[in-house]
Amino acid sequence: MAIDLILLSALLLSAIWTVMTIRLVHSVVGLALTSAILAAIIYRLDSPLAAVFELSVCSGLISVIFITTVSFTQRISKERFIVRRKERLLRFLYLPFIVIIAGLLLVRYLRIPQFSLPLSAQVTDVRLVLWNMRHLDLLGQAIIIIAGVFGVVVFFKEPNK
Amino acid sequence: MVVLFILIPFVLLLVLNLPFKFLNARIAFWLSVVLFSTQALFVLINSLFAWSNYPAVLGQFLIFKLWLDPLAFIMLFTIAIVVLVSLLVARSTITTEKRSFNFINLLLVALTGMNATVLVADIFSLYVFVEITAVAVFVLMAIEKNKFAIEGTFKYLVLSMFASVFILTSIAFFILACGDLSFSEIHNAFLANSNIILLNFAIGLFLCGLFIKCGVVPFHGWVPDAYSEAQSAVSVLLAGIVTKITGIYVLMRLFSSVFVLKGSFHNLIMLIGVISIVFAALAAFRQDNIKRMLSYSSISQVGYIVLAIGCGTPLAILGAILHFFNHAIFKSLLFVNAAALEKKFGSTDMSIITGLGSQLPVTSVTSLVGLLSTAGIPPLSGFWSKLIIIIALFNAQQFTYGWIALLASVLTLAYFLFMERNIFLIKTETAPEGSDGVPFGIKFCEILLAAITIGVGLGFPFILNSQILQLKGLLY
Amino acid sequence: MNPDTFELFRYFIIFIILLFISGVYCVLVSFNLVRALIGVEILIKAVTLLIILAGYICDRVALAQAIVLTLIVIEIVIMVVAGGVVLWAFKYNKTIDPRRLSNLRG
Repeated sequence: MAIDLILLSALLLSAIWTVMTIRLVHSVVGLALTSAILAAIIYRLDSPLAAVFELSVCSGLISVIFITTVSFTQRISKERFIVRRKERLLRFLYLPFIVIIAGLLLVRYLRIPQFSLPLSAQVTDVRLVLWNMRHLDLLGQAIIIIAGVFGVVVFFKEPNK
Repeated sequence: MVVLFILIPFVLLLVLNLPFKFLNARIAFWLSVVLFSTQALFVLINSLFAWSNYPAVLGQFLIFKLWLDPLAFIMLFTIAIVVLVSLLVARSTITTEKRSFNFINLLLVALTGMNATVLVADIFSLYVFVEITAVAVFVLMAIEKNKFAIEGTFKYLVLSMFASVFILTSIAFFILACGDLSFSEIHNAFLANSNIILLNFAIGLFLCGLFIKCGVVPFHGWVPDAYSEAQSAVSVLLAGIVTKITGIYVLMRLFSSVFVLKGSFHNLIMLIGVISIVFAALAAFRQDNIKRMLSYSSISQVGYIVLAIGCGTPLAILGAILHFFNHAIFKSLLFVNAAALEKKFGSTDMSIITGLGSQLPVTSVTSLVGLLSTAGIPPLSGFWSKLIIIIALFNAQQFTYGWIALLASVLTLAYFLFMERNIFLIKTETAPEGSDGVPFGIKFCEILLAAITIGVGLGFPFILNSQILQLKGLLY
Repeated sequence: MNPDTFELFRYFIIFIILLFISGVYCVLVSFNLVRALIGVEILIKAVTLLIILAGYICDRVALAQAIVLTLIVIEIVIMVVAGGVVLWAFKYNKTIDPRRLSNLRG
């Protein structure tokens, strides 16, 4: 339980850092870190397969996508950067306070009503669930990947008029 | 066998992308035309039960658990018609060979996604296919890569992601409360009446997500930008069917046959519906662009459907389904008209094309049909569905909402007549030349959709007893 | 549910709500399209955690994992498309500051 709480705190801190840091590249790194910590938590919740996916795909692939986007779009001079930093700080300064206050209020007042849990599942292997019961989702994955491929073709390959 | 509605477009999509030289946009176009018309015809001529009987051998392969009822049938028909119209419009508005090919492929993805959305019987699969449709539409909206289209796409994308987050949170609570995500299990959990707080919380979150996807008034920010900045063929697709399937159909399906609601939810949905009807109708007056005006009109008409779903009596749901179908048809018609004007004059701004519409006789007449139907003028299809909705509201003792719905029709008529007068009825001195320059594909769509609108309207009293009232019983 | 698990569940919920707050704050306050996407990403992380937690609490780990796998695939595809849109928006405006993105009126 203590480990869980530490991991959760680390997750939240890393998310806040992701939001507040000034350079976009740092922000992307922060997102990858958040994903990695999330993977550890997911692993502790008895879901190793999802943890592996989260670590490799979300923490890895999404960072690549974001880094690519950022490196194409960031054009900012040193002077602008310093001006921007002050202005940003003012806007984002409230977040830690909001989070701390909300956290304290929630710890104090959040009461979750007791609820009855459903009966235990019959199938406990994720592969069996995915292939025998949720095959429609697998079909959906195939289709959405094709849609994504066409997205790449339209956005990156097709010359503009 | 029902799964073929999903598998055939998917297989066609794969086949079109095999590395053969002869697979160009022309072939893709004709194959898709055949596919879409086949879907519409099959739905028309086959009775519902023919689909559930198939040889046992096939049954071993078709393990997908799907859900087919009259509601799904009407949806499949509407999807096929609107997608076909969008394809025909695109043929004359998208000129590049490569872009045209990409358009057709993405249209097939969207068709697969929408067909599957209509047929699934599991709340997470529903989300997956809604998202597939959304992704295809994001790319389609940005396919011309105009400045404004790109920005409209981004707005739609971020809001749609917010909607997804709401829906997924709700799905997590459904796991917690029901342990499974199929419609039947969730329905059973509602009937068992345990965990009712958790379930109501989940419904509330789901509703927030759906309202964003429907584009009803407090969450309508993305709708006018998305509809008006996209390529005209994509506007037809988006306004005609995509928002309706991903938002309203899901609302209809879940709230009529899966969730069991308490009164407060009904009131909330009805309130949202009425607010959108009135607010969007008023906002439509201020627009100077036809496409933006049509977008606001679309929000307003969607309000009628949401209002009827919120009312929740079988008659109201029937009215909602009919208005869904009618609205998909005549709103597509009006957007096709806008596409014709854009094709001919290069703009849909009312101040630029004032009085020029009379050069396009077909467009002029069909747009009159479309907007009279939207306003609910008697012999046309829109009248009947609005009538059923209003009767259902009065039957359910919702007199205030009933009167507001009735009076808002007058508003609709007012802003549309204003538009019609400005564009089509004022005569300018320029005489029309021999040919009016509207491509055959667009003209064909206009005539087809206007014929459906008039046909459904005139035939309605005759099929009411034999066909339509039966839907009411089969829904549950 | 035994009290220990319940207390843990409560803490998880609190942290998930705080993650939601950070993500929404990021989207609302940020003047940068990429950062808005990052905010949305944080929201999706929170949802992923919530789904896995729900599966863990009511002994549906397999179902929750199956859902999360599909969810991750969808997330990737949407982010690729969103990245493409942001790049084109930058090409037109030479900035990814939404305040300078033209006059979409809403």
